[in-house]
Amino acid sequence: MDAIFLTGQLFNGFSVASLYVLAALGLALSFGLMRVINMAHGEILMLGGYLAYMAMSLFPGPLGLFVAMIFAFLGAGIFGGFLEISLVSKLTARPLDTLLATWGVSLIMQQAARDLFGATGVSVTAPAWLDGGLTLAGLQLPTLRLFILVSAIGVLLGMAAILRYTRIGLLVRAVNQDRPTAAAMGVNVRLVDCFVFALGAAVAGLGGVVLALLGPVTPSVGQSYIVTAFLVVILGGLGSIVGTTIAALIIGLITALSQIFVDVSFAQVLTLLFVIVFLQFRPQGVIAVKSRALDAE
Amino acid sequence: MPTTFPAKALAGGIFLALAVAAPWLLTPYDLNLLGRFLALSLTAMGLVLLWGEGGILSLGQGVFFGIGGYAIAMHLKLADLGPDELPDFMVWTGVEKLPWWWELLHSPILAIIAVLVVAPLVAGLIGWAMFRRRIGGVYFALITQALALAFATLLISQQDMTGGFNGLTDYHTLFGFNLNLPSTAVGLYFATLILAVCSLFGLRWLIASRFGKLLRASRDGSNRMRFLGYDPAPYKIIAFTVGALLASVSGALFTLHAGVISPALVGVVPSIEMVIWAAIGGRHSVAGALAGALFVNFAKDKISTAFPELWLYFLGLMFIVAVTVLPKGIAGLFGADHPFRALRKGDMFARWRKDKALQRYSATETAPPQMEAGA
Repeated sequence: MDAIFLTGQLFNGFSVASLYVLAALGLALSFGLMRVINMAHGEILMLGGYLAYMAMSLFPGPLGLFVAMIFAFLGAGIFGGFLEISLVSKLTARPLDTLLATWGVSLIMQQAARDLFGATGVSVTAPAWLDGGLTLAGLQLPTLRLFILVSAIGVLLGMAAILRYTRIGLLVRAVNQDRPTAAAMGVNVRLVDCFVFALGAAVAGLGGVVLALLGPVTPSVGQSYIVTAFLVVILGGLGSIVGTTIAALIIGLITALSQIFVDVSFAQVLTLLFVIVFLQFRPQGVIAVKSRALDAE
Repeated sequence: MPTTFPAKALAGGIFLALAVAAPWLLTPYDLNLLGRFLALSLTAMGLVLLWGEGGILSLGQGVFFGIGGYAIAMHLKLADLGPDELPDFMVWTGVEKLPWWWELLHSPILAIIAVLVVAPLVAGLIGWAMFRRRIGGVYFALITQALALAFATLLISQQDMTGGFNGLTDYHTLFGFNLNLPSTAVGLYFATLILAVCSLFGLRWLIASRFGKLLRASRDGSNRMRFLGYDPAPYKIIAFTVGALLASVSGALFTLHAGVISPALVGVVPSIEMVIWAAIGGRHSVAGALAGALFVNFAKDKISTAFPELWLYFLGLMFIVAVTVLPKGIAGLFGADHPFRALRKGDMFARWRKDKALQRYSATETAPPQMEAGA
């Protein structure tokens, strides 16, 4: 196996990881905050993809992609906020029930997409400036994948900045660390929950645009990414951006590198085994914001 | 509630009588459906123990269902063949020699042992790895879901060994009986009914036992349980193992009734559908789960043939309704189930042996004996 092939697989790993980051970031944040997993998160990715398709049909042209990103970000965010207010907030005390209820939402969204856009899915044509690639030391790096990588890094930095430097970010961190105390200090924890959920959905909407660039948007496109995104959340630890990023990188790289030796399905099994074994040593994930083990479970 | 008990027992008796009479009441097609769904109800009943009582949501029951189903299907495939023949799909994919783990399933006894042992073993291992490290709740649910995904993908990709996407189908002989004969179908139906009834009462006994009590304790307050000197992990592992055993038997029975097992029946989506059977029926009621499995599957059969595009909306709504409006499921509509009241704890036959139970409890505890008067 030559070095170029290996670097190529490494690059693939990073680009897969950037997708997982976009898919898992929102999940991880709202999981850390509310202990709730949104099973319809994959369908929010799908929604982002369809929104991108509509936006790019309305605004063809080189800059249509950016219109699509704004469109998907806002659309998915509004949908996420609506979902949080109407369903998730009612069930936060019962995380497992939220899992089932949001799964119901995901089934309805899939069927709705099938009825509205057809079962075969729609395709988005990536703008011409994303064609081609960069050649670095004999290694072909497709511009599209580089763009995805850069978007993921941009989103990560943006999120980190929001959490670090804004007032709402401060409130999010406060609620994340200690919900009752934050509530006692006058923080509107309900509003913070809703904001984080909507923001997470909005980021997933961006992830949907990325999905649309990589392949056709089908009603079941969310399902194919979401189970791995859940593993990223578990591996990353509760509500930590850094943990989620590291976990996405680990899983992306394991998937890409193990595909050198085994086929895709075995790579999937290996990833799952890795997560189970990893949790034997660090049940709290890569980075745990909270370390009060007794509260867990 | 002393007044509701005879009503419930009466209703149960009527349903049982109807179930016994079903082969003479229903068309062979409907009987086959009923048998299939009764087989599925075993998985749902296992989830009552695991999820309702243990608080462990497994989204990977399809894996154990599939292990049971594939084990029996592999045996059935081999039973139809001559000594040196290979199953049809292996011939198509160019496999020369039967793998050893297929070879083993030639024997019907080993096939039955495989159904009864492999899934609980896998579940025990996974449960041990997870619960030992106190991984539960949402984490456990998502990891078992990933397990279901990995299992289904593996089955599809190993086409030369597992039949791939089409799964295993087209077999005719079970232990020397022809599966296509109506008499075999009726026999199979009764076997399923007996197993379902045994599971129902067995699980009720288990839930009412000391084990069930500690399992509920591990659900409601693992830390308190630890402080009292109990380790919650073994109770959860056993619940998971029993759930897997029931799912495996359920899968084997389903395969016999349906005549097919395929990755589409064991993956992520079917696994989570199994949970909705228990949720709709009532996650704390074994009989409710049985009813829920029958109800949801008959509804699926009727709705998805009449309006295929509406079924997913309906299923999605069921998930939402089951947790928001009906957290106790259908069983919750018929008043709370009280299998664990004082003086009946740990002994589902106590109501027929009141005096003994009374003596035992009044000897060990200072519980007022007049509590028994109402029962």
